[in-house]
Amino acid sequence: MKPVLALLLASCALAVQARDALPQHLADTGWQAPGVMSFTPQYPLWSDGADKRRWIALPPDAAIDASQPDDWQFPAGTRLWKQFAHGGKPVETRYIERLADGSWRFATYVWNERGDDAQLAPAGGIAALPVAAAPDGRYAVPGRGDCIACHGGAQKVLGFSALQLSPARATRARPGDLDLRSLVARGLLRGLPPALIDQPPRVAAATPLERAALGYLHANCGHCHNTTGTQAPVRLALMQRIADSQASRDEVLRSMLEAPSRYRPPGFGDEARVIAAGHPERSALVARMASRDARVQMPPLGTHVPDAEGLALVAQWILQLPSSTPEPRP
Amino acid sequence: MTPSPLLVTASQIALAFCTAALSIAFAPTVHAADSTPKVGQIERGRYLVNTSGCMDCHTPLKPGPNGPAPDMSRLLSGHPQALKMPPAPVLPAGPWLVTVAATNTAWSGPWGVSFTANLTPDVETGLGAWTVDDFKATIRGGRHMGRGRPVLPPMPIAVYDNFSDDDLEAVFAYLRTIPPVKNRVPEPEAPRAAQ
Repeated sequence: MKPVLALLLASCALAVQARDALPQHLADTGWQAPGVMSFTPQYPLWSDGADKRRWIALPPDAAIDASQPDDWQFPAGTRLWKQFAHGGKPVETRYIERLADGSWRFATYVWNERGDDAQLAPAGGIAALPVAAAPDGRYAVPGRGDCIACHGGAQKVLGFSALQLSPARATRARPGDLDLRSLVARGLLRGLPPALIDQPPRVAAATPLERAALGYLHANCGHCHNTTGTQAPVRLALMQRIADSQASRDEVLRSMLEAPSRYRPPGFGDEARVIAAGHPERSALVARMASRDARVQMPPLGTHVPDAEGLALVAQWILQLPSSTPEPRP
Repeated sequence: MTPSPLLVTASQIALAFCTAALSIAFAPTVHAADSTPKVGQIERGRYLVNTSGCMDCHTPLKPGPNGPAPDMSRLLSGHPQALKMPPAPVLPAGPWLVTVAATNTAWSGPWGVSFTANLTPDVETGLGAWTVDDFKATIRGGRHMGRGRPVLPPMPIAVYDNFSDDDLEAVFAYLRTIPPVKNRVPEPEAPRAAQ
């Protein structure tokens, strides 16, 4: 009896290990296998100028439930990859997988010099990987805890949503990329309200400049600063909703324009505000986007270099904000 | 009496951390049955807070007949907002590294100046709006709410990361029971060279 029991326990232990063990090589995650599809969000996250590519794979005969257009439900077995390259060479490829019990797991794989293999990175990440083409010649590989910092909120998958894949894009997609229409046509997206196919979603805004700025803030800040239950020390609602885009736009503007800033940049005095309409130089948002001091910078992780283009966009938008914001055109 | 900054050595800081670590290592383990705080869980949290060095920095010291003692009217409420600290002294080159206020709530070192946090359940200035998951994410990830700015020295995050989930839940349950103190702790300051 005892040997049988021992075998049973051993097999259980192996089963648990097999379920929990992450593949040691990127190739073994299914990357580049048949059925893997590329996509490009219209509002990308700033990552120190890295050239990024993204892919998704769904299990056979499965589809994403889009009946809540701002909260897609991904089937167990969903896998996503995002690859970061500098100087034309891949540096790391991040991996997200939804497991059978509904939980998600996160990992990242670091490419070798030859670019023919990527190995599982340490759970704690790599603080400064030498990468000649990266800013300052170093590159930070996130630890798994860092993954949770952005992907641990209500929405685990970021950058793959109705807004980000809308055919009414602000930026160009790559050839062959998925979008809302191709997802529906392939039967990979079910329950999407037909109105969003007839009239592709976009950020409600008074001007193209405002749309670009709110889209940028959605992608770069909204995963922490939102009203879905994810908490951040500064309470803002920067995640756009497409189900009620007009109300969402109003909520986003109200949250930013009314919010005092607990952080007071030098010279701002005691009345620092997240946004001072018409005055980017008095807006803590701009000061924090421009900083890479760990105590101050926004976003707080994933970047060592400010996004000059994004900063200019947001500053220009704030500069044009009158003290009472105009109503958007329908 | 205005508290004056005093100097401590890195070894003293390390000793304090080690004391906290030993307290944790020899503490018994209990298991919470569900998310509702139980008397046992709260008591366990009180025990952990009292034995793990939390009080040393998060309750300001004030002068008393027997020397500096924790100001229990400001239990675990962090650096007093009314105590505006002068610029930290510039230390000469050498082995001295850290300056700390007499309250033990403001610390200056190579990372800049940090002020100990308000751990009371005050909604506006303490942890009142935090969830237990925010608290656990802070300790596990070393960032505010798990996703904000890094938690700065001297907070021994690496030591407290050894707490079990049950331990952290007990600590948080206890912190919910202490009196809320409205005290907005200042934001940290950059090192003087970076200002």
